[in-house]
Amino acid sequence: MNDFLKIEGLTVEYRSGSRRVHAVNDLNLHVGEGEALGFVGETGAGKTTTALSILRILPNPPAKVLSGKVFFKGKDLFQLSDKEMRAIRGEEIAMIFQDPMTSLDPVKTVGDQICEMILLHEHCSKKEAWEKAGDMLETVGIDRDRAEEYPHQFSGGMKQRVVIAIALSCNPSLLIADEPTTALDVTIQAQILELMKKLKREYQSSMIMITHDLGIVAEICDNVAIMYAGGVLEYGSVFDIYKDPQHPYTHALFDSIPDVHRDQDRLKVISGLPPDPTDIPAGCPFHPRCPHCTERCKTEKPEAVYLNETHWVKCFLMQGRGGESHE
Amino acid sequence: MKPKKEKRYSLAKETFQRLMKNKLAMFGLFVLFVLVLTAIFADQIAPYSYDEMDFLNAYQPPCKGHIFGTDEFGRDIFSRVVYGSRISLKVGFIAVSISVVAGGLLGAVAGYYGGWTDNLIMRAMDVIMSIPATLLAISIAAALGAGLTNLMIATGIASIPTYARIVRASVLGIKEQEFVEAAKAVGTRDFTILCKHILPNCLAPIIVQATLGVAFAILTAAGLSFIGLGIEPPTPEWGAMLSNARTYIRDYSYMCLFPGLAIAITIFSLNVLGDGLRDALDPKLRQ
Amino acid sequence: MSEPLLEVRHLKKYFTTPKGLLHAVDDVSFTIEEGKTLGLVGESGCGKSTTGRVILRLHEATDGEVLYRGRNILKLSPREMREMRRKMQIVFQDPYSSLNPRMSVKSLIEESLRQRSRGMSSAEREKKVLNIMDLVGLERRLANSYPHELDGGRRQRIGIARALILEPEFVVLDEPVSALDVCVQAQILNLLMDLQKELKLTYLFISHNLSVVKHISDEIAVMYLGKLVETADHETIFENPKHPYTQALLSAIPIPDPTVHPDRIILEGDVTSPINPLPGCRFRTRCRCAMPVCGEECPELMPNGKSIVACHLYSGTDAKAGQSGGQE
Repeated sequence: MNDFLKIEGLTVEYRSGSRRVHAVNDLNLHVGEGEALGFVGETGAGKTTTALSILRILPNPPAKVLSGKVFFKGKDLFQLSDKEMRAIRGEEIAMIFQDPMTSLDPVKTVGDQICEMILLHEHCSKKEAWEKAGDMLETVGIDRDRAEEYPHQFSGGMKQRVVIAIALSCNPSLLIADEPTTALDVTIQAQILELMKKLKREYQSSMIMITHDLGIVAEICDNVAIMYAGGVLEYGSVFDIYKDPQHPYTHALFDSIPDVHRDQDRLKVISGLPPDPTDIPAGCPFHPRCPHCTERCKTEKPEAVYLNETHWVKCFLMQGRGGESHE
Repeated sequence: MKPKKEKRYSLAKETFQRLMKNKLAMFGLFVLFVLVLTAIFADQIAPYSYDEMDFLNAYQPPCKGHIFGTDEFGRDIFSRVVYGSRISLKVGFIAVSISVVAGGLLGAVAGYYGGWTDNLIMRAMDVIMSIPATLLAISIAAALGAGLTNLMIATGIASIPTYARIVRASVLGIKEQEFVEAAKAVGTRDFTILCKHILPNCLAPIIVQATLGVAFAILTAAGLSFIGLGIEPPTPEWGAMLSNARTYIRDYSYMCLFPGLAIAITIFSLNVLGDGLRDALDPKLRQ
Repeated sequence: MSEPLLEVRHLKKYFTTPKGLLHAVDDVSFTIEEGKTLGLVGESGCGKSTTGRVILRLHEATDGEVLYRGRNILKLSPREMREMRRKMQIVFQDPYSSLNPRMSVKSLIEESLRQRSRGMSSAEREKKVLNIMDLVGLERRLANSYPHELDGGRRQRIGIARALILEPEFVVLDEPVSALDVCVQAQILNLLMDLQKELKLTYLFISHNLSVVKHISDEIAVMYLGKLVETADHETIFENPKHPYTQALLSAIPIPDPTVHPDRIILEGDVTSPINPLPGCRFRTRCRCAMPVCGEECPELMPNGKSIVACHLYSGTDAKAGQSGGQE
């Protein structure tokens, strides 16, 4: 498999006083070229922390990468100098944040904000950059004349389009989108999703889509990683995961969404709450809530079991079903 | 699920724990504590009475019998500084209480009811604010005449608008919160909502401002006494002592050194304590 | 058919803003039968939360009537209204800002009892609080905790307990699960449905999330810019949405199934401003079926099949064109 982005054993924690929050625990993942990967999980599952550590923009302190490597196109990002890393941010890897209201600078015109990004990474004149900023706005469906307007003159959906335009302005090969539509209304969300699908086709860039909405993942992504308590419990193509989910937690996630196309009396729910990130249970992190919990789950960490080429799951229930261990 | 450890946090305890980490603020608190003790036990601490004159020993520089020296009437400066702490603290705290209660009430009413009530109260506050606080205190003190009570009233009134503004601003923020609406939904009366839900939640900025306000009040009182509108002799007040001593500053500089130092240290401690409290009460730092 | 518990007639709420008159709720009428749930759906700023608050008189209505068992509560004196609030309660969206951070769980739940039942002894009150905590699934040991020590789901349970302790008949649920994670959201939805059965409650469920609304509601009303555009029972509205806005809203829901590629109706542009709205249908600027008449006349809510729709497509001769345009 091609290793465009590969995360190996990433462990990140936040420290505040004597408290240690284990945000990401020994996370292994890879993203292929042109592939869209969905990170799905509840609040506090470590989705955003993982994304920020790829870009090396974790607030430090309190966050600290304890171990692990992130390879991007064969380079270990954690070994790069700050200068080299700055060149990668924006140009190679770009990020779209959740809240379009706060991720734009209110005192600069949107055109200037796109220009700034282009001028940082490309050697071109101010005029060429402005020209390109106009093109970018058109790509995301905004009239180029609006480049001279300020963010407050745009609505929420339009602002998110501007944010996407900024992220795409340097043709990044990897785009990380952190809940890009959560702050938007359903009909506006539909517009943005449609736009992202179109851009994905046109730009062929890889994407990591962080979301808690399984519906969005089904539409945009090729592969899904189900995250829980800082680790991935199940990984596979969207078809495998949606048609044949294996991990009890993945099941639980699907069961808790009310289905618009079916009539249900009650939703099936799992009891309990996600674990306290300062005190993650030993063994399988899901065991206290798992209906199939055994003694073994409480002490031993399950290894990934491959059900086919790409679909793996970390659960003892699956052992004996498919190839053991990885690679 | 593993039962979560039963930890009980109250705001006061949590705040104090964070304050403990701030060394400078703890120093402020310590000095203030010593000062309060000094004020309470002034009779025991001071070796002489504050108005005991001894013309034979006038103009004594600091020596064994009089560690801070004596003034032009031979009064022991150390004893006067010790007794002075009583007056200063009294002025500081009572003046601040006047302004907190009056300003807080006005600000709360203005913020909660809004509309013309708000306009009326806040424009009145603006009028007071347009006069520099010290100048206002001077005019009030001049109008009421010199004396301890009038001094406290003057400094108190001068800082009412500050508190009214702070309280109004936080009330405006808090009354929009859903828990206030929730209280309305169960049929709670306005007054109860104001006292039980809104005011406790704007305590933090008031406490901070009050701490800094005590410093301001002491300073204003000292200033008023300095220009002769405050405490009448022989009552020892740091500002008045400073004012007297200024005549002798060239020959007997120690006479203004000690009351000056007392004022400076008190103000400094109150300010660092206020800053520390502001940080400790900042909700962004709370978990 | 049971008696309507709540009947809202031509309810209007306008806010004066520096830019002009904001029509937050404009001539909204609906009824809720006893023991049923009406789901009120719409996008942010469409006036759905304002509707809920005006019904409870947390905001005063500009015009209209709210009949509760036939009695217009908008005309009640403050005293009578205080008595009425016993029967009508609200659960808020944000379990963080809707709980006073300085009060313990017990005192939060108990507060309304203290206010309303002065004769009650503290032992009686305590018993009642603990009972209601059991009912909403809050562990008794949490009684002395403070909201900031608890997670979103538990906080929302406190909000529900606080609303239910006065034994109301009617509860407005204002986006009660929007701030919660999916798994917790499912827990709370189940709880709300169980409580409804057990205590025979009537709900007005306000949400922007259609799948949640469908799950819990008997009837669904769709709101756009202060006006109701369609009401129908929860099956009809999903199987046969009539109003172009309802159709677009339904098709905008991402479906958690990678093999289904929905033919999505993408609405152009953004929601227009509710300040000084133009005459005619408010949706027409984004509507794909807009006709000249839409700009002239505001469509009335008219029964059409099993639904009630406000759209010119279904009034008179244009009905056919609309039917064909509306089907997917």
